[in-house]
Amino acid sequence: MKLPAALRLPPEAAPYVFLSPFVVLFAVFGVFPLVFSLYLAFQSWEPTSGLGAMQFVGLDNYAFALQDEWFWKSLKNTAWLALVSGVPQHLVAIPLACFIDSSFKRLRNGVVGAYFMPYITSTVAIAILFSSLFSTDYGLINVFLNALAAVPVLGWLVPAGAIDWLGDPDHIKPAIAMVVFWRYVGFNVVLYLAALQTIPADLYEAARMDGAGRLQRFFFITLPSLKPMIFFGVTLSVIGGLQLFEEPFILTGGRGGSDQSGMTTAIYLYRMAFDFNDFGAASAMSWLLFIVVAALTWLTHRAFRPRGAGG
Amino acid sequence: MRAADRSIGARPSAVALGLLLFGAAAAPVSATAQQTLIVAAYPAVDEIVRAAVPQWKALHPTVDIQVISRQFADHHTAMTTALSTRSHLPDVMALEVGYVGRFAQGGGLQNLAAPPYDIARFQARWVPYAYQQATNRRGEVVAAPTDIGPGTLLYRHDVLARAGVGEAELTRSWDSYVAAGARVKAATGAYLLAHARDMKDIVIRTGIQPGEGLYFDQQSNVLVTSPRFVRAFELARQVRRQKLDAKVGAWSNEWSEGFRRGTIATQMSGAWLAGHLNNWLAPDTKGLWRAAQLPEGAFAAYGGTFFAIPRGAPAGHKALAWQFIQLMTLDRAVQLAAFRQQDAFPALVETYDDPFFEQPIDFLGGQAARVGWRAASRRIAAVDVHKQDAFASEVIDTELDKVLDRGKDIATALADAQRLLQQRAHR
Repeated sequence: MKLPAALRLPPEAAPYVFLSPFVVLFAVFGVFPLVFSLYLAFQSWEPTSGLGAMQFVGLDNYAFALQDEWFWKSLKNTAWLALVSGVPQHLVAIPLACFIDSSFKRLRNGVVGAYFMPYITSTVAIAILFSSLFSTDYGLINVFLNALAAVPVLGWLVPAGAIDWLGDPDHIKPAIAMVVFWRYVGFNVVLYLAALQTIPADLYEAARMDGAGRLQRFFFITLPSLKPMIFFGVTLSVIGGLQLFEEPFILTGGRGGSDQSGMTTAIYLYRMAFDFNDFGAASAMSWLLFIVVAALTWLTHRAFRPRGAGG
Repeated sequence: MRAADRSIGARPSAVALGLLLFGAAAAPVSATAQQTLIVAAYPAVDEIVRAAVPQWKALHPTVDIQVISRQFADHHTAMTTALSTRSHLPDVMALEVGYVGRFAQGGGLQNLAAPPYDIARFQARWVPYAYQQATNRRGEVVAAPTDIGPGTLLYRHDVLARAGVGEAELTRSWDSYVAAGARVKAATGAYLLAHARDMKDIVIRTGIQPGEGLYFDQQSNVLVTSPRFVRAFELARQVRRQKLDAKVGAWSNEWSEGFRRGTIATQMSGAWLAGHLNNWLAPDTKGLWRAAQLPEGAFAAYGGTFFAIPRGAPAGHKALAWQFIQLMTLDRAVQLAAFRQQDAFPALVETYDDPFFEQPIDFLGGQAARVGWRAASRRIAAVDVHKQDAFASEVIDTELDKVLDRGKDIATALADAQRLLQQRAHR
């Protein structure tokens, strides 16, 4: 059955029609919010008065953000969390990927799946799980630490008494970092496992014939070959770490915790808008955060560029 | 009528804002045919509205009521977004008192003091503070009160009896309250209260001068170094030093567990908490609780619900919306039904002679506690709202934590808070 000519798609229009689902969605959910927040960052706005209530204030919002103690505090929290949760992810994921690659044959997919599970688990489930794990009096983590304290030598390293993980400002950050590490280490393992498959086996064979040991093969073949993937993984960690929102948000009940100790910049600017009613400053802060993310991504790129390349 | 517990699920974004902008406009309404009035509300208030529909239909057979119900936090976020984009606005919105203060600063809600509404003619019929709470500095009244949350001190009669502590000792003064707590702790091991913060929250509300808000005065001067803050912090520190608070936040698992096991002896809250304790928090403790006035003659409100008309709502519906609000807030039968069924303490004063107030409450050991709450509701004073109040309360809580947990000096803590708030006061 043929469509009448009037209904047929002219060939020159076809690409645009086929592209339009993405372009339209991207325009609505990608471009529009971006442009709108950039516009808002230069306005003072009492949101409940309607869109007409915006007043142009120039760079006031940026000036306010840069003088705001809590903004800096949130940036420090974010940097701490990004480092402490991000670096171990890669330090653990690379050896773990090598271990899984070399030691598991038939069980491999199952093992990788187990590590990948946290990444695809719903945040609400994670919230329930970890709130009970971190519970001061009844939580498994404190029960475990208590048991360790009974072991003669190890006991010295374990603090006496139950730790108030989510209530005490000194312990919120480590608690959040643990959850973030747990959630994303499997994702990185998958990345590195994929990269390991691309390293030619004859390299290892040649090295072995030259008498290179297991460690030497790891440091002189595996690690250099993984470099592009490390760059990719670290970039994702930098971006993800600086935009950290979900895990601290759920673990601190959306408030950032005692002394705002778990309040990342993303949480703070969300609260600026929806709790403190200051959409202008919140937008300005989000653009300042964008600048930080862009700068650090660029630095990562510099750090991982191939040796001898210019620029 | 309920404390603002923040839910995990509510997480709006700029995307949602964008979506609303692209959303379709409401369909035009014809005046002759069957009309529908849209009322947006949150749990308990939505039930109250639904229960009043038969009475509304008797008066207006051609006007249906459609209730749009969302969870507490979702509802207020949706109302904020609807007001800011002026789309998908309901004809009537229920608002919790904290949001009334916030929204009253802007111009999104219809001024009910102006004709044809002239809300001032009904002013005397509502509890004074509730009406004041909906009035902004421009003299506009942006909402009508429907229920209120008179503050009360709930205490475990059995635990106090074991320590030989009477109600008078608990409420005579704040110092006496703390001293009673020490005896309760020594005799029974139970904590006096859930968190020292709860006590600070009431003490900073006592002795507010006319024209002052909680944290700012009308000229946006910061008030947090005033004596009421110093006293509140000192009392809270005393409580913590004597280990009289359980260090648990409201609505946490440890909090409800403390009530169930009787390890928390008293709780300052709205009268509605007795209903929550009875229904789900600690139903097995029925008969063991009593209600008293807050210590040292303090009177405070915990929550409260209002109805408002958005300025951007369809003009043709506003007269009907106003009639609906009058039914909900000024009709004796509707107000009392909400009180009986949903524990919504009436804002309408003329209901106060109803025999229901004198009825004994089983959960409180047969005490006629509503009489005390009725007396309290008339004595609560309205507090001026400032747009930075939400931020200020966060800052004060943080500084209190530092005083309690890290031994920070009170004067330094309050001075730090003052400095941080001054930076924001005029934004």
